[in-house]
Amino acid sequence: MPQKGGAFLLEDISPQEMFTPEDFSDEHRMIQSTVADFAANELAPKAEELEHQPEGVMRELMRKAGELGLLSADIPEEYGGADLGKVASCIIAENVVPGGSFAVTHGAHTGIGTMPIVLFGNEEQKKKYLPGLASGELIAAYGLTEPNAGSDALAIRTRATLSPDGKYYLLNGEKMFITNAGLADIYITYAKVDGEKFTGFIVERNTPGFSLGQEEKKMGIKGSSTRSLIFEDAKVPVENVLGEIGKGHLIAFNALNIGRFKLGAACVGSCKLALEHAAKYALQRVQFGRPIAKFGLIQHKLAMMAAKTYAAESVVYRIAGLLDEVTADKKEGPAAVEAISEYAIECSIAKVLGSEALDYVVDEMVQIYGGYGYIQEYPAERFYRDSRINRIFEGTNEINRLLIPATIARRAMKGQLNFLGAAKALAQEILNLRPFLPADDGQPLAQERQMLAMAKKLFLFLGGQAVEKYMDKLAEQQEIVAILADLAIQIYAMESAVLRALKAHAAGQGEKKLLLAKLYVHDVYPLLERWAREAVCYLFEGDMRQTQLSIARRLTKYQPEDLISARRQVAAWVLEAEKYTT
Amino acid sequence: MKIVVLPKQTFDTEAKITLDAAGKINREGVNLIMNPYDEFAVEEALRLKEKHGGEVTVVSFGGPKVPDILRQALAMGADKAVHVGDEGLEEIDEHTTATILAKLLRDLEYDLILAGWRAIDDGSAQVAGRVAEILGLPMVNMVIKLDIAEGKAVASREIEGGYEVVEVPLPAVITAQKGLNEPRYPTMKGIMQAKKKPMQKLTIADLGLGGEEVAPKVRARRYYLPSPRSQGKIITGEPAEAAAELVRLLREEAKVV
Repeated sequence: MPQKGGAFLLEDISPQEMFTPEDFSDEHRMIQSTVADFAANELAPKAEELEHQPEGVMRELMRKAGELGLLSADIPEEYGGADLGKVASCIIAENVVPGGSFAVTHGAHTGIGTMPIVLFGNEEQKKKYLPGLASGELIAAYGLTEPNAGSDALAIRTRATLSPDGKYYLLNGEKMFITNAGLADIYITYAKVDGEKFTGFIVERNTPGFSLGQEEKKMGIKGSSTRSLIFEDAKVPVENVLGEIGKGHLIAFNALNIGRFKLGAACVGSCKLALEHAAKYALQRVQFGRPIAKFGLIQHKLAMMAAKTYAAESVVYRIAGLLDEVTADKKEGPAAVEAISEYAIECSIAKVLGSEALDYVVDEMVQIYGGYGYIQEYPAERFYRDSRINRIFEGTNEINRLLIPATIARRAMKGQLNFLGAAKALAQEILNLRPFLPADDGQPLAQERQMLAMAKKLFLFLGGQAVEKYMDKLAEQQEIVAILADLAIQIYAMESAVLRALKAHAAGQGEKKLLLAKLYVHDVYPLLERWAREAVCYLFEGDMRQTQLSIARRLTKYQPEDLISARRQVAAWVLEAEKYTT
Repeated sequence: MKIVVLPKQTFDTEAKITLDAAGKINREGVNLIMNPYDEFAVEEALRLKEKHGGEVTVVSFGGPKVPDILRQALAMGADKAVHVGDEGLEEIDEHTTATILAKLLRDLEYDLILAGWRAIDDGSAQVAGRVAEILGLPMVNMVIKLDIAEGKAVASREIEGGYEVVEVPLPAVITAQKGLNEPRYPTMKGIMQAKKKPMQKLTIADLGLGGEEVAPKVRARRYYLPSPRSQGKIITGEPAEAAAELVRLLREEAKVV
């Protein structure tokens, strides 16, 4: 039985239970090298041209990608897909990034564009649309956001009214910032039937009454199309209702789970590419008579870029492995939806962690390039602009942060996760909490594993206190909720980084991963105490505050280590490989 | 039509070549690929099969990672694969490889044998020719266009200043030059199907070979890396002066004019 969603906060798994990139099958590795070849030969040479949205180029690339099967990883075989699973789907998402904006079009098409039909479509809809979506003959877009309903997605105003003859729904309203809008043949969108019942629809491009707004002028991902969808008595056949009337929110939120997780994978791919560019540049840029790669401050950047990439990559493939395990016998329909939504927390973590790792990486990439980083002729400038959207679309990182504790709380209430019991047990334990003592079992990362165990206790401690104080009104305390979310995100990231290193170590391949994991844990850990202090000072006053602060301090104590030498070593590996290496 | 292709696993074109402590080429951590000229050969075999029907078998001799390139060929569309392992062979040369491949080929049915004209690692361009010689087959080298009809192969090859069109009876050995075709990428479905296709693993002993028969005729006495290129010189100044300076340096320093 794979670990349940969110349960990582309550229990530990052994390294062997976690899927890692080192567990790729021969097929996974061949998919990886094939997609990398395709990206280098067919996509990368077009990345610059795509920025100007030349007529037909993106479509042609999508068709080529479709021919190869790069659009069909998540589509069952009976509907023309290749049914490759989520690990392969991540490998593809990661490796198409040399195509620049192509990766955005690809991600929106295969994720939120296609998955709603795979998961919620009826037999006719799947037969009608999935083969075309798999081959690239059809391109999909996903339209949820409206001018006045962004994060507050359920507040959409687009209405659907059944025509007098009962054959059509007439849609009226407008959707905004829709990726792939100008390119797409079908649109997954949402409207409220009779102004109330939130419902999903499949809208074809040539629908009477449906039109597109102007192309938006964006900060980045300029090669991808972003336009509004305009519905003016748009006649959508009743057969194109997706899922049940009034159950559209299930589609909206579940499609986003997969979308978020794949976005995390795409971010990991971009991190690696950015690091490769930066490492190569640092090796050839000479200042003060030597390549800047020889300087400690540049090495510091390269090492931390690698460590954050490593943690995000470990998280993404851990989740991919889980999803493959739970969907092995259910690829579509309600059973698959339920299996995937079990990992909603982890999908949000992948999105937040991946997009923020990428923003860090591209920021340092620009800095390594120095003045050239600010010039469009060099790659850093586009990476920097293109990265920024990832923290905004497919649910802002703020919304994703709010979702994490909310989902945990809901599952705790339903008795699916025993948080209350664990928090109570901790309350007893915490009074006699022993000072820091790393386990001495002869295995590496002893201190880091202990830090991780303490971090989980800290989450329970703060979460327990917050719930006790605010009960069901906790959601109003967004800053506290976000602290809990950050704790959960970093616990998952640290744990994934550490477990992957231990698993590789057991196979005799752990050298680099152990150091990357150590660097990551020690980089993040000081934040935990800061977050804890902030939360405690808000939750408590006077003597109580002092008592709780001292508990938080004991929970976040650790033995500092020499990170400068560790970073130099990691940087040396990156520079030797001239790219991300584990 | 039955076609056998002889791909070789080589270093990635971007691999950094280093020597290990024993002075041999270091294979640790190097990315291995199918020799690019052999990809042309696999692609041509697949196109011929698509046109005339038949079966494509890929055969390779080498170390434990060789199945990777065979799987790649299967994923591209080849039907079956045979890997002859190099267990027990300390050193090999083109004679070793050709002897082994030819021995195996005697047990296979074929109308056509395809290979890259050379491998990008040692670049010896000998194995396909030796195989043809051992099997007593006609061979056309460095082919850029190939047509098969009525038991004959009509192959075009580049020669200085033009093309030569050669006709040979089948079975024959044909080696591929760049320009013959544009190799396809394996499709995702192809990759998944490849693991269901037969891949046979043989040892040299299974072929009834060993000892002197496969001992290399050539031994590399020493490997060494090329000396690093000395830094280039940039001549600045007015074009006329710069040209004069360039000529002076070519004459006095480089001693080439």
